[in-house]
Amino acid sequence: MEAIGLTIVDWLIIIIYFVFVLGIGFYLKRYTKNQNDFFLAGRKNSSWVAGLAFLSANLGALELLGMTGNTFKYGMYVAHFYWIGAVPAMLFLGIYMMPFYYSSKIRSIPGYLKLRFDEKTRVLNGISFAIMTLLVSGINLYAMALVLHTFLGWNWDVSMWISAITVAVYVTLSGLMSAIFTEIIQFFMIWFGLFLVSVLGIIEIGSLSEIVARINEYSPNISFTTLWSSSSDPTKNGMFIHWAGIVLGLGFVLSFGYWTTDFLVVQRAFSAKNLRAARMTPILASFFKMALPFIVILAGLIAIALSIDPKSGFKLLQDGGQVNYDSALPLLISRYYPPGLVGLGVTALLAGFMAGQAGNTSAFNTVWTYDIYKSVINKKASDKHLLWMGRVSTIIGVGISLITAYWAKSFPSIMDYMQAIFSWVNAPLFATMLLGMFIWWITPDGAFWGLITGMLSSFLMYMGVRFNWFDQSIITLSSVQSDMAANFWRAWWAWLICALVTVGVSLFTKKKPKKELAGLVKGLTPEVYDKNIPFIKKPEFYAIISLTVFIILNIMFW
Amino acid sequence: MSKQKMKPIWYFVGLNLLIVGGIIFLVGIYQLIFPPEFRKVLFYVHPNIWWGIIMVIFGGAMFLKTKGK
Repeated sequence: MEAIGLTIVDWLIIIIYFVFVLGIGFYLKRYTKNQNDFFLAGRKNSSWVAGLAFLSANLGALELLGMTGNTFKYGMYVAHFYWIGAVPAMLFLGIYMMPFYYSSKIRSIPGYLKLRFDEKTRVLNGISFAIMTLLVSGINLYAMALVLHTFLGWNWDVSMWISAITVAVYVTLSGLMSAIFTEIIQFFMIWFGLFLVSVLGIIEIGSLSEIVARINEYSPNISFTTLWSSSSDPTKNGMFIHWAGIVLGLGFVLSFGYWTTDFLVVQRAFSAKNLRAARMTPILASFFKMALPFIVILAGLIAIALSIDPKSGFKLLQDGGQVNYDSALPLLISRYYPPGLVGLGVTALLAGFMAGQAGNTSAFNTVWTYDIYKSVINKKASDKHLLWMGRVSTIIGVGISLITAYWAKSFPSIMDYMQAIFSWVNAPLFATMLLGMFIWWITPDGAFWGLITGMLSSFLMYMGVRFNWFDQSIITLSSVQSDMAANFWRAWWAWLICALVTVGVSLFTKKKPKKELAGLVKGLTPEVYDKNIPFIKKPEFYAIISLTVFIILNIMFW
Repeated sequence: MSKQKMKPIWYFVGLNLLIVGGIIFLVGIYQLIFPPEFRKVLFYVHPNIWWGIIMVIFGGAMFLKTKGK
């Protein structure tokens, strides 16, 4: 493809963004004096700040490109990632889980595992999370360089090093606070930089209903424009999946596993100024999450509608004879955006990449410092020393990400493995957290062995299919399936195996005394929070509104 | 040194949108007066003018509201 050309104005807008994020890092350094400031952003953020950062930490550019591309490939079913695959879990986190997280004053998710279970479960999760975070971070860096090289013609090494160094500088200077600030700037950059694609697409084609009509006319037998009505028969929808796979795999395990236990996002809620703000964090974020399909899904549908019209001249790129689905969004930007707006669109993608990198780095430095370094290596470390270690581990973390990125460049197939990595770590962890938080007699040994078995089973299921040890239909319970369907089902089985082993081992091993579990387990903790505020100010009230909007959206696009 | 209260994030977001929106708007006006030879699809709706204005209004309101804080 001919690279998207940038004018001086576009470069100016990109440079302004870099000046802003670096400037913010230096500005915030003077307010970063102790470990609380560095790792928890001083615990003084409002629910709006924490909520937008909570959402943005997940909103990487790879997700934007990938989900638009996936919509082109699978149709509107991809919206499930934003609705059933996010909203119920976010509301559950805010209403039921956050009081235990926030009130126990932990700094990380492994920190909760230490209090609820024991040190070995904490270290196991800390190490697996740290490895996962660095691998994902490095792969993201590689993917960013690939995208910038493909669509903008930028030098591979230069774009990777500049963005990595920029992230390292501002996270080292002021930790989580600067990561949160840049995530919020990224949120606005993405909305202003990419929503216009959908607006202009609708203007060109005529209307939303015209887009849907064109796609339905082109594909009358396989639905690309509905959410549920074609889900009882996997052969009738673009994702080739049964509704049970969506509900159990995505809606329950993958979604709850990610949104309620992945420290990358939950860390943002820990920075809230009080428990009410922390509970409101994921609830507010759920409203913005529900709005995102109006960028990514709509752009994907516009790309389909244009590509089936030969007169439009719109066609996705081909790589080695295969369609490059990720090219949908950059090609739409190139099609519609005049100078200045191109710079804004590219900045939105860059901001997404870098904020994702910063999110991974700030989560890594916290888990490394508290759950590995202080927990295993130096138990008597002082406040000042831990702050220093946070900064050092930031630089080392970015360095390892760079090494991983070069590793990925040498072995591009590693990308395929990484797509499944979340289900290896997060799906079983959700079973451990759910059982531990709601059932008092789950034991430390039960949690530890359940977690190990769950992670191993997920990994082996992935490898088994990849190397043809057994057929994928054993996992998906269907003769037709897509990779996405396999991901959903694998997550469900890993969760179930972890839950069964945890319960089974807990029946025969030593339980913790109930008095040690106060504040950590529902039923043993007095629920005294938010009692004296009016109902319309309670997180529950906003959760009900969010749930209502969620139901309406699902019915509208049924 | 840190006695001065920290500026809220909305101040930085507003300033960023104000500057970038202003640049995009000015480029749109320039292209309206001197139309380029090679034109993008939907050039005639001049998205950079009205989108730039929206950004300036949004960013300006955010910036001015938080400037004194």
